[in-house]
Amino acid sequence: MALPSHTSLNYRIWHYTYLTFCGLVFFFLIAPLFVILPLSFNAEQYIHFSAKMLALDPDGFSLRWYEDMIYGTKNPWGLATKNSLIIALFATIGSTILGTVAALGLSSRHMPYKAAFMALLISPMIVPLIISGTAIFFFMAKVGLAATHTGIILSHIILGTPFVVITVTATLSGFDHSVTRAAASLGSNPVNTFMKITLPLIMPGVISGALFAFVTSFDEVVVVLFLAGLENTTIPIQMWVGLREQLSPTIMAVATCLIVMSTLILVSAELLRRRSERLRGINQ
Amino acid sequence: MLFRSVDDRMITKMLPKTFKAMEQWNGNDLPEEPVYKGLYEDLTLLKKNKTYGKIIARLNYEKSGFSSLIKKTVRKINKLEEGNYKEQFIKIHKRWGQSEYLVALKNTAPNWSYAKYLKGVDLKFDQDRNIIQQDEDRRIYKTLWLRTVNVAFWVTIFCFILAYPISHLLATLPMKYSNLLMICVLLPFWTSLLVRTSSWMVLLQQQGPVNDLIVWLGLAADDNRPELMYNVVGTFVAMTQILLPFMVLPLYSVMKTISPSLMRAGKSLGGTPLISFVKIYFPLTIPGIGAGCLLVFILAIGYYITPALVGGASGALISNNIAYHMKSSLDWAFASALGTMLLIGVLAIYWVYNKLVGIDNIKLG
Repeated sequence: MALPSHTSLNYRIWHYTYLTFCGLVFFFLIAPLFVILPLSFNAEQYIHFSAKMLALDPDGFSLRWYEDMIYGTKNPWGLATKNSLIIALFATIGSTILGTVAALGLSSRHMPYKAAFMALLISPMIVPLIISGTAIFFFMAKVGLAATHTGIILSHIILGTPFVVITVTATLSGFDHSVTRAAASLGSNPVNTFMKITLPLIMPGVISGALFAFVTSFDEVVVVLFLAGLENTTIPIQMWVGLREQLSPTIMAVATCLIVMSTLILVSAELLRRRSERLRGINQ
Repeated sequence: MLFRSVDDRMITKMLPKTFKAMEQWNGNDLPEEPVYKGLYEDLTLLKKNKTYGKIIARLNYEKSGFSSLIKKTVRKINKLEEGNYKEQFIKIHKRWGQSEYLVALKNTAPNWSYAKYLKGVDLKFDQDRNIIQQDEDRRIYKTLWLRTVNVAFWVTIFCFILAYPISHLLATLPMKYSNLLMICVLLPFWTSLLVRTSSWMVLLQQQGPVNDLIVWLGLAADDNRPELMYNVVGTFVAMTQILLPFMVLPLYSVMKTISPSLMRAGKSLGGTPLISFVKIYFPLTIPGIGAGCLLVFILAIGYYITPALVGGASGALISNNIAYHMKSSLDWAFASALGTMLLIGVLAIYWVYNKLVGIDNIKLG
């Protein structure tokens, strides 16, 4: 952003202060994530930058905490990962199906009380997790699903659905309903129309909603904290327990893996968003 | 949960005969024999089932001193002889002869009680069912509510101050650069909350990089490093960073729609950059500001994980207290009452949000 030569000194000062401020804010946003990366390769047991690390001495770095993460017996990371993946997978499937169907229903012009239903569907996203957690715990305890995978999956479906509703509704806003009418006039039944016409067109929204649901479930602590027994421990729960005791380098190693994962998810979400924008561009 | 918060039937269920007999009692002098006979029968049953621990906790909450009273009575209850229970009870413990304990017991009779809600705002019932202020040293919830609202408010303000310029930059830069910078906003957004919190724990610890920097700059002595974590400061800093993306995204999506030619038109009509900004740009971004601020405030007011890990005792918020009553003190009714109060607050803001912004306009990523 080079400035034209005719700008006044005052404006220049203002402009560069503004850019510096923005730079600092971006640094504030992103820097904390990068603190973790080097520390997870620390050869020592303490969470600080050792002298050897600062001197970039190879002896200061090691993979021992990754080893500890995979083979260590102190924290059941293996079980936690398995549980997290199972729960997140089923929760994602559930919320994607429910959310897509809900969004399709809400986008129909004949839907009564549209705003009220929308507000109700979005509310799990807005209500503080601690309250959802408390309420879900009481409910699940009553129906006998506390400390089961099923209970956790069901509650994660509740929490993940709003994200799918929002993303799919956004894709549907550019959706041209005459194509479904065209399909109907050509003799296609509603199910066939949905599978062959509607679904492929709203796919980017569905998938990015599914990504949100997956991340929500994968990252969820509070509800699992209330619901889970020892058998249902997940990665966030293990991290939570570890962080409450002390900061260990193994947690930094896990955190690094999670950052890598979220980067991958971010890239795929970004690609999907662009594809969706392109598709909607064609429709208009 | 709503039901839980007012449910107070436990005592009535566990001492059925006592309360049946108490219906006859006027509540002024000592009750007559039937009440003690009921107590005897109920407590014997509770002792046989080993369930009297529950009523001790509940009664002791109503009036302290009940714990030793019930325990002693239960211990000696097998030695009692048939008939004249009143005298024998008073012999076991003289508190059975003091009417205030029996009045307190009678006061637990109603099945529904909003006492837990009163406790949540530092009020309580006195003996005669009047609502009075909690004792001075027990008033903690008002402070807690105020602190929660205070933290949420300031986190919202900080987020706004930090997010406004960068959203403007993101919206005005050419696509090529802004996409790159957008990653700086979206990567934290997609990263696990616990990862971000743990990185703040690393940064803010006593020997951590931020403290190193402060010492290096000479703002504090090496042996007198400031406490940045386990207090409100840590909660503020970590929550601001964690909630910042939720402010940037709505602001950005609004600013993106504002045509740059409007500012140029303002300038060509003789306005200084400042005036054009205040008169043209700022009013146009108000929907985004409203959306972002309300979203951040709602999220901040119910925040649990970060204050619990970074906040320590002085940085704890209302949600930490709810979790404490759920998991440690096991006062589920009180946890539900606090939760309901918080829920009402959040739903009120959500309603405003819906009116102002419209729920359909929430955008993600």
